[in-house]
Amino acid sequence: MIELNNISKTFNTGKTNQVNALTNINLEINQGEFVVIIGSNGSGKTTLLNVVAGTIIPNTGTISIAGNDVTKLADYNRSKWVARIFQNPLLGTAAELSIVDNFRLAALRTQNKGLRIGKTEKFRNEVRDRIATLGMGLENKIEQPIGTLSGGQRQALTLLMSVMDECKILLLDEPTAALDPRSAEHVMRTADDLVKQYKLTAILVTHNLKDVANYGSRIIQMGEGEIIKDISGVEKSNLKQTDMFEWFG
Amino acid sequence: MDFYLTALLQGLCFAGIAFGIYISMKIFNIPDITTDGSYTLGGVVSGIMLTHNQPGYIILPAVLLAGAIAGALTGIIHTKLKINALLAGILVMTALYSVNLTILGRSNLPLLSMPTLFTSVSIINNVNQNSLIILVVFVAVFTLLIGYLLKTDFGIAMRATGNSEPMIRALGVNTDRMKIIGLAIANALTALSGYLITQLQGFADISMGIGIVIVGLGSVIIAETIINWLQITSVWLSLVLVLAGAVIFQFVLAFTLDIGVDANLLKLVTAVFVLLIVGLPRLTSGKA
Repeated sequence: MIELNNISKTFNTGKTNQVNALTNINLEINQGEFVVIIGSNGSGKTTLLNVVAGTIIPNTGTISIAGNDVTKLADYNRSKWVARIFQNPLLGTAAELSIVDNFRLAALRTQNKGLRIGKTEKFRNEVRDRIATLGMGLENKIEQPIGTLSGGQRQALTLLMSVMDECKILLLDEPTAALDPRSAEHVMRTADDLVKQYKLTAILVTHNLKDVANYGSRIIQMGEGEIIKDISGVEKSNLKQTDMFEWFG
Repeated sequence: MDFYLTALLQGLCFAGIAFGIYISMKIFNIPDITTDGSYTLGGVVSGIMLTHNQPGYIILPAVLLAGAIAGALTGIIHTKLKINALLAGILVMTALYSVNLTILGRSNLPLLSMPTLFTSVSIINNVNQNSLIILVVFVAVFTLLIGYLLKTDFGIAMRATGNSEPMIRALGVNTDRMKIIGLAIANALTALSGYLITQLQGFADISMGIGIVIVGLGSVIIAETIINWLQITSVWLSLVLVLAGAVIFQFVLAFTLDIGVDANLLKLVTAVFVLLIVGLPRLTSGKA
């Protein structure tokens, strides 16, 4: 589904503060895999996610998504395949727009946003039904600006928004880092449910080792811009939180 | 009475600038001051085309196009060259002064005996009241068009662009293109004000646009104060309030002149008035 070949990315080339964020990364992620990426701060995991999303264009190497070479495509041209959840819940939604407006845009992620009124009563009802599945009681507030909701509520809605339109790949950039433990758990469980229900290929970047143990089918550990460990299958399901703690020693 | 009728007419003419500033400042979150130039551009283009006996159905699209090009230029400079929007606007505005002077060929062009938009239809004998009817219809049509645009999927994407850029890019919108289109629309509307005022006053003048941006800002700020105060989320209501803001603004100026304030002090009064509207809500909420 996602193929990275020889990806390297250097920031501030030639200056004293040069950073080799990614060095010769080769990675193949299959359809339906749920990859969890861990690593210390500055290990390159967020850069890797941004390279897949298209917000960072690598210096060398190629990326293909679903068989298409997307190396040169800007982020807004990759939205055909990729949905993103940001670390900051405020980035994933437009605060001053109503919940239903946000969902309308999400429902057109892979399509043109044209000169017709798509926010019909039918669409509103569909949004209400979907939001009701979260069990947060937000289905009656869809005309409210989304900025009036809490970070946890917004993050959960952003997750739902990602499957409003056809979605193949879900990128989760520390989606729970800004949330309290309860909201964090709710958001992670929602994400996991959606990945299973829609058979998504997902990449999760996280610092939370408990999530690493509970979710995902494959773990990648990054360090200094390289992939250090790549564990999947039975070995992944047998991994304990304490084992992984050792990796950061 | 006629004095306030003129203020109402002017306020309606300035609705274009108010909508333009509303789109650039409130919807796209871009401080665009191409306004002074594109407003004059609108006036100058209509003036010169009227004196060359062009039909009205060509003049209006030409004015809108001219304003749109000016706005698009500011947008391109801002997004493609990554230049601060304020500076991009100043650059285009400065350049437009020469363009306007070249188009006009002189600094003032009277249109007094010309047939204009306001003489095209005669419903009532009173000239001002007749103009008012034409203007109300004209502005209503434009308000409806903008309102419809903002309600469409494209319009929602416009509003999201100024609100959360990472989000709307992740949802497949080229935000640079969106901003260029947005500034083009904003300045086309501003040029529309120039088109209306020129025909209402019966002349085009090279300096008609100097400081005009404050009219748009003032109108939008009046509207915004009411919008925040009443917590309005409806797009239609917001647009009507912006329109009302433009009219209220002119009424305040008319009132100032009416009570005998020196006309030379008008710009000072304008600035103080806008300052009051911006400052008052903050001062009162600070006490509470």
